[in-house]
Amino acid sequence: MTAVSERTVTAVARKRRISVGFTASAITLAIFVVAALAPNILSTQDPLAMDFTQALQSPSLAHWFGTDESGRDLFSRVVYGTRESLAIGVGAAGLAILVALVLGSIAALAGRIPAGIVNRLIEVLFAFPTLLLALLLVSVLGASPITLVISVGLGSAPGYARMVRGQILSSKNSGYVEAARALGHSRFTIFRQHILPNALRPLIAIFTMGVGQSIVWASGMAFIGLGVAPPSSEWGALLDAGRAYITQASWLVVLPGFVIVVLALAATTLGKHIQSSLEKGETA
Amino acid sequence: MTILDIDTEQRTNQLDSTPPVRLSVDNLNVGFERHGSVRPVVKNVSFDLREGQCVAIVGESGSGKSVTARTLVGLTGGNAVVDADALRLGDENLTALSPKRWRSIRGRRIGFILQDALVSLDPLRPVGKEIEEALKLHGWGDRTSRKRKVIDLLTSVGVPSPENRSRQRPDELSGGLRQRALIASALALDPEIVIADEPTTALDVTVQAQVLQLLEEMKQRGTSIILISHDLSVVAHLADHILVMSGGEVVEQGSAHEILTAPKHPYTQSLINAVPSRETRGTRLAPATGVAPVHTAAHANDEHAGFDGPVLEAEGLVKNFTAPDGTLTTAVNNVSFTLGRGETLGIVGESGSGKSTTARIALALDTADAGTVRLLGQDWSAVPETKRRRLRKQISVVYQDPLSSFDPRWNVERILLDSLPAGAFATATARRERVLALLAQVGLPDSVVHRFPLQLSGGQRQRVAIARALAPSPSIVVLDEAVSALDVSIQAQILDLLVDLQKEFGLSYLFISHDLGVISHLSDRVLVMKDGVVVESGDADQIFTRPAHPYTQELLGALPTLDESHTVAGASVSPSSSTEGQE
Repeated sequence: MTAVSERTVTAVARKRRISVGFTASAITLAIFVVAALAPNILSTQDPLAMDFTQALQSPSLAHWFGTDESGRDLFSRVVYGTRESLAIGVGAAGLAILVALVLGSIAALAGRIPAGIVNRLIEVLFAFPTLLLALLLVSVLGASPITLVISVGLGSAPGYARMVRGQILSSKNSGYVEAARALGHSRFTIFRQHILPNALRPLIAIFTMGVGQSIVWASGMAFIGLGVAPPSSEWGALLDAGRAYITQASWLVVLPGFVIVVLALAATTLGKHIQSSLEKGETA
Repeated sequence: MTILDIDTEQRTNQLDSTPPVRLSVDNLNVGFERHGSVRPVVKNVSFDLREGQCVAIVGESGSGKSVTARTLVGLTGGNAVVDADALRLGDENLTALSPKRWRSIRGRRIGFILQDALVSLDPLRPVGKEIEEALKLHGWGDRTSRKRKVIDLLTSVGVPSPENRSRQRPDELSGGLRQRALIASALALDPEIVIADEPTTALDVTVQAQVLQLLEEMKQRGTSIILISHDLSVVAHLADHILVMSGGEVVEQGSAHEILTAPKHPYTQSLINAVPSRETRGTRLAPATGVAPVHTAAHANDEHAGFDGPVLEAEGLVKNFTAPDGTLTTAVNNVSFTLGRGETLGIVGESGSGKSTTARIALALDTADAGTVRLLGQDWSAVPETKRRRLRKQISVVYQDPLSSFDPRWNVERILLDSLPAGAFATATARRERVLALLAQVGLPDSVVHRFPLQLSGGQRQRVAIARALAPSPSIVVLDEAVSALDVSIQAQILDLLVDLQKEFGLSYLFISHDLGVISHLSDRVLVMKDGVVVESGDADQIFTRPAHPYTQELLGALPTLDESHTVAGASVSPSSSTEGQE
């Protein structure tokens, strides 16, 4: 009785505290989505217009993020790069979840032998460094946004697959699945009605966090030259291009890097919030 | 000196011979602060606890009994507002204590025994270390003398081979031994008062009897006990004085004798009447509620109406489990039974007796290693699931914990719609009407259809679970500990409902429970299981009046009853009734 009341009170307090973070991260993400869909709303300058007289200007009122070595407005380049970066992030996270769902479902539901094989496969993928996988794919497919999506997606899939497997296993052994079996529902109906939706629920949160992490990963790869080539203004490519001028014009690396951090933070915060509100719905 | 003697003495002689007051509670109020306002959960509680006496606080969930207990050890939590005219332990004023002072009182002067020993004991620490910690914390003795004291304590609470046991971790001990270890740690510093919050709730009935016996012995040695319980029959033998709480208020208090034999308050009366037993069979346990079940004849089960053999026959069921270390345990060993139409077969046994596995095999949710089950005269366990599905609607199940048996994403309407047999209702409207009719049958208003299981009370949830079990119009309902998690007054309502539904639809019940009272209230015939084997079976009247097997006798002997003259039956079953002093 005491414990319950205390828990309720802390839950209320936590909710209040989180909703600030939730609002802030939701607004931030909304701005990024606008930038991705309609970059011209946020930026007035052409991201590709070169003006060598304005090269390597530090941030000012005219150029909020300064200019690069060709005199292009960095802020506009960041805004116009959002679409590609976000697409890579969403694509990679989506691919990871998709692969994870297939692998996780087999690992949890198939017979002993196929499940064993898939489990070993997940473990091998886990042990395989994402960077090595990316190098392998780049050398086979060539550096492109698609390669980035595939390598980051496959690289993060095994972690999610394990999560999916755990979710499905706990759902499979739950009282409501047994109750559905007792009602005479077929295995497929039970999978469709109970197991899959209950396994997908926590993935909403994981997906949101995954988008942020994927962007960080993809930018990291682009930074070491495994990503999208210039003149694309994908954020990783911006970092890569700015690297040469890091001593004269540090803003070329710092500011795009900062934007990446803000997006990743916002996505993670939102994901965590979704996760905790889902958990609350299950246990409160 | 028996309890009755103490009572009599107390009532006749209030003067010199009454033992001194150890704890005095006067007008205690506890509330929880939230959004700046205080929600009261305990109102105007007053009582005195004397040396060597037991005050019992009885009430259902949410009555405020546990908050009261926690307040007395200063563990109400940060947002609690405690207010009392007096809260005195000897000459110590408990309302104005610093956390540091509280720590010196807890354990040393007031011991606290929590409900579930498995979660209350550190899983990674041997129980001996756990008990020693209490001594060390209060600077008791040196290392060697503490070690010796731990062994003494374990011996005094009846733990066999205490040297070995003290080196084991909680998960290596049985439930009864764990609870004893927990009691030993509460007793470590020989506190003058012990507060026991539902000390036997998670325990089997024979183990419960042992723990109650132990508390009785402590009382006789002069320890004062505050016993918190939802179960009047548990406190009946131990308590000198009983407080009945409901909604944060003490609705009635008095000597145990008065409360149990001549309760004045309607709530106390309903609590006492709600306790199921062989004597209550055929009578209603709960007073009529506002939501009476509506009688509708919508239980269309004509398909097998002509069948008049046993609806369920189990023959020689065997189920083995392989433990992780490779050893084979036989959970169910050669179990056979038949269930006739409209009959209730009770399967009773303690945890690990194999009763739930038997139920799962009967439901064909688990396969037996040997033996067969026939449902309505047709092959049931021997055919593949695809063949069984057609018959599934004839047998349904209600579980102990309805919450986990509902998909958390589904509301009541979806749960019930899903349980209607496919194709039985032509239109969506007809299906919805059937859902409302089912809710009416289990005494729930239409308004619950859009609620989620989490938004319902425990009793309402169990009613929804019963409605789901009725939805396919089954012949048989398997009730696996279906009322065990409910408060006694809610349990009474559900038992009444089950009796009504059985009468109306001619249902056959396979009723699984550890609770002899519930089993005896409901069953026509009974199967007593122990370690996977049916030790005794037969007519319920015969089993409860003339039990033949020693285990059945032990179970019945251990059953606490409201009848005060019946003494706590632990003495005969305690593995070691060692009572030597601990000084």
